[in-house]
Amino acid sequence: MSIAEQPPTTETPELKIVKDATCTFCGCVCDDMELTVEDNHITKAKNACVLGKAWFFNHHIEDRPEATIDGQPVTYEAAFDKAAEILFNSKNPLTYGMSDSTSEAQRVAVAITDWIGGNLDTTTSVCHGPSGMAFQGVGEVTCSLGEIKNRADFLIFWGGNPAESHPRHFTRYSLMPKGEFIPKGRKGRTAVLIDVRKTKSAKAANEFLQIKPRSDFELAWAMRALAKGLKIDPKIEEKTGISLETLTDLMDRMKKAKFGVILFGMGLTMTRGKHINTEAVLSLARDMNRHTRWNARALRGHGNVSGADNVVTWSTGYPFGVNLGRGYPRFNPGEFTSSDVLAREEADAALIIASDPMSNFSQPAREHLAKIPSVVLDPKLSDTARTATVAFTTATYGINTPGTVYRMDDVPIPLRPAFESPYKSDYEILKEIERRIRAKQLGV
Amino acid sequence: MTLTCITNGILQDPANDIDGEVRNVWIEDGRVVNAPTDPGRRADKTIDATGMVVMPGGVDMHCHIAGPKVNVARKMMPDDKRTAEPVRRTALTRSGTTGSVPSTFATGYLYAGLGYTTAFDAAIPPLLARHAHEELEDTPIIDKGFYVLMGNNHYLMKQLQENEPERLKSYVGWLLNSTKGFTAKLVNPGGVEVWKSSGGNATSLDSTIDHFDITPRQIINGVATAVDELGLPHPVHIHANNLGVPGNYNTTLDTMNALEGHRGHITHIQFHSYGGDPDDQSTFCSKVPDLVEYVESHPNITVDVGQVMFGNTTSMTGDGPLGYFLHKVMGRKWFSGDTEMETGCGIVPITYKNKSLVHAIQWAIGLEWYLLMQDPWRIAMSTDHPNGSSFRAYPEIIALLMSRDRRREMLARVPGGLKERTTLADLDREYTLNEIAIITRASPARMLGLKNKGHLGIGADADVTIYQPNEDYQRMFELPRYVIRRGEIVVEDGEIRSNAEGRLLHVAPKYDDGAIDNIREWFEKNYTIQFRNYPVDENTLHEREVIGS
Repeated sequence: MSIAEQPPTTETPELKIVKDATCTFCGCVCDDMELTVEDNHITKAKNACVLGKAWFFNHHIEDRPEATIDGQPVTYEAAFDKAAEILFNSKNPLTYGMSDSTSEAQRVAVAITDWIGGNLDTTTSVCHGPSGMAFQGVGEVTCSLGEIKNRADFLIFWGGNPAESHPRHFTRYSLMPKGEFIPKGRKGRTAVLIDVRKTKSAKAANEFLQIKPRSDFELAWAMRALAKGLKIDPKIEEKTGISLETLTDLMDRMKKAKFGVILFGMGLTMTRGKHINTEAVLSLARDMNRHTRWNARALRGHGNVSGADNVVTWSTGYPFGVNLGRGYPRFNPGEFTSSDVLAREEADAALIIASDPMSNFSQPAREHLAKIPSVVLDPKLSDTARTATVAFTTATYGINTPGTVYRMDDVPIPLRPAFESPYKSDYEILKEIERRIRAKQLGV
Repeated sequence: MTLTCITNGILQDPANDIDGEVRNVWIEDGRVVNAPTDPGRRADKTIDATGMVVMPGGVDMHCHIAGPKVNVARKMMPDDKRTAEPVRRTALTRSGTTGSVPSTFATGYLYAGLGYTTAFDAAIPPLLARHAHEELEDTPIIDKGFYVLMGNNHYLMKQLQENEPERLKSYVGWLLNSTKGFTAKLVNPGGVEVWKSSGGNATSLDSTIDHFDITPRQIINGVATAVDELGLPHPVHIHANNLGVPGNYNTTLDTMNALEGHRGHITHIQFHSYGGDPDDQSTFCSKVPDLVEYVESHPNITVDVGQVMFGNTTSMTGDGPLGYFLHKVMGRKWFSGDTEMETGCGIVPITYKNKSLVHAIQWAIGLEWYLLMQDPWRIAMSTDHPNGSSFRAYPEIIALLMSRDRRREMLARVPGGLKERTTLADLDREYTLNEIAIITRASPARMLGLKNKGHLGIGADADVTIYQPNEDYQRMFELPRYVIRRGEIVVEDGEIRSNAEGRLLHVAPKYDDGAIDNIREWFEKNYTIQFRNYPVDENTLHEREVIGS
């Protein structure tokens, strides 16, 4: 039985409308895009935010070779062979990236890394990796974005700036929408922003608490104490910049809320304290359940970074920073995470999927990555693709290729490609590489 | 086609009334076939099973092996895997980790290694069904499927509130088609919604559910009716209210009564068989005899056990308030995850200790269920993996059921108070091989409505486990000599010989598609994804089979 089908596209020779398409730019993974496609260009992206529009309009087909070896154009076939040879011959390879690719492609990348016994890591290790470690310490009380929309009457945004990083978070999921049990929408919610600087998100919130840099842990810990009814030294103001009176008032209102949520960003995970900051905030949200319902949720960045966490976890048992060199998975952030494996000059080859470590890793890591043979998959000629031994030009996920993407709350969403690319998808390329590596391993 | 013959095995095929007869089993094209009539036709391949016990492949009807909740547990607990023996990569197979929640590839290999060829995940939120399918595809060898969480679904509760049983039925049909699931699962019906909206719980079948003005009783009866009318092969699968609470056997009786004669499967009934006062732990005791009497006199009801075994494991459930309760009791890390419009989830690491009287009573209650139920066709083996214990404990449980001496050895190591609080010490029954074959294969397959599983008659799927008899039954069931799936040897002496995909088993009931407009209108108002992006596209699924009624 076809389920509530409507024709997915209205096609005329020059104009195509794709409804219910998915934007994979950020972790919001909004799936209500209406894309107008003219001559292999997206010319309109209805419902997209400013970041989404930039994503859709900039990913047109560029005139580039399908693959290169040492910068020289080659066919896909030649590049598959070379890529398989590099990875098959390596002793301690590194697979990295994956968060801007479909979960179907991620699964093949994990398979390749398992077969060759490499290090397996994703961009999580340089963004919300510490949140993952905090989660392993204390757990997490959380909910899907629709729960926030339908129930949340108290929101705390902490160390994040969704107005600029996740522009539709406010309007679609958290602050503005009318929900099942929040019929008044924005008027039915209180929003507090906690950050070290007054970002554009401050305007949207009812209150802005500007805390001193590097005092997130102390603030969260003081709030935990207040939640338990313990006495706090008024000197907390000297440390955090927030008076005890303000904190006590905030806590009183948090206890009176029906359903609260703390949404936190990299201001927590990538500043002093890292996973300890997140542990404090996750513990605070957990403790609040003695009074009323509270949840916590990380504001994840890349379109399918949650998918990468999920795929790596179900395949190996661990979310990132995995080593398969002994023939089984081991986990140790700091040891098997990419920037560390590279900076210590341990990796002897790299497979980089849809990410650009050459533009954001530390100098020692970049220097080593430039020295070793590498296989890079990217729709764009990134800095990393420029230094690759084998570089594949790929179709862009969500714009040109189907597949599955996990939203920041782990809700899996299907992709509806807008138009075909002359280039192959990550999935297709990785499958070819895997097939060749397996043939070498099995001697067939 | 290759013709295979398993020769001279001692066949235990209770569904076909074969108990220990020496017979050949012929296999062609993945199915059991008649012996060739042409005397010149010889088997292309012969598996000599002389002196060995031949059974259908095992069927686990209730476990948690794939999907969002299971994966969160993996993510949360590196500590659980640190000292657990990993699964090593071989030329043919993938690597993985174990502990109480194995990774997907490890799960497939470990089940096959125990002679199990079919397993069902018991609790998938419909919004996250796609995730479960991706994991099941990465769970090799075994055939598999899942039950769809519906006991706290807003649309469903709204139809009960508005007295619209036809719409409710259409919705259940639509939801099973959309998710490619196997049946409706109720978890703490109504109670999870109370937890989500206020942090409370539903404590009786007549508690009122916030916002909807209905009761758990109405949910149970309404969904059981819909599932029967849709003609699903497996009835509504029920995790009753008040799991784990002393005195909850009354709720369990109430739940079975609420079915009003409709078919219903009461799952992990061990956790729902407790007497005593909820506020006084010293009164905690077994009420299995009362419940067994009820189940045996009501043929509409089947059960699986949810056996507790001592050791470290992980509690994972769609029962959000239960997760919070366990976190408060254990003081250990806790995950809670609420899914919009649909369900909740709770995960807490847990250690069952044989020095604890409460844990020992739970262990004994599970065994009482197996030993007191006279009709093995109405009860299935389960540990509610990993809640009571890992599925890897099945051989040990089998050994306990087959040997009263072995039970007595264990009874000597648990607190003495157990004797007054359960009947276990008085039970002399020892399971036969035939009865073991029933509760681990034939009865779960029959309860699931899987006509080609759990037996080795003509036309059955050629899923076969061959055991070398051993006085140590645990050893015997831990290490099958051969495991065969659809005619292919997948395990030989503990070595995995296959990386086959396994098949998805799901239902596709017919329903009134005139109901879709109403569902769609409600959906678009409340969900955060598009209606058209909700159903799982069957083109994205791996090999699958639609199971009819």
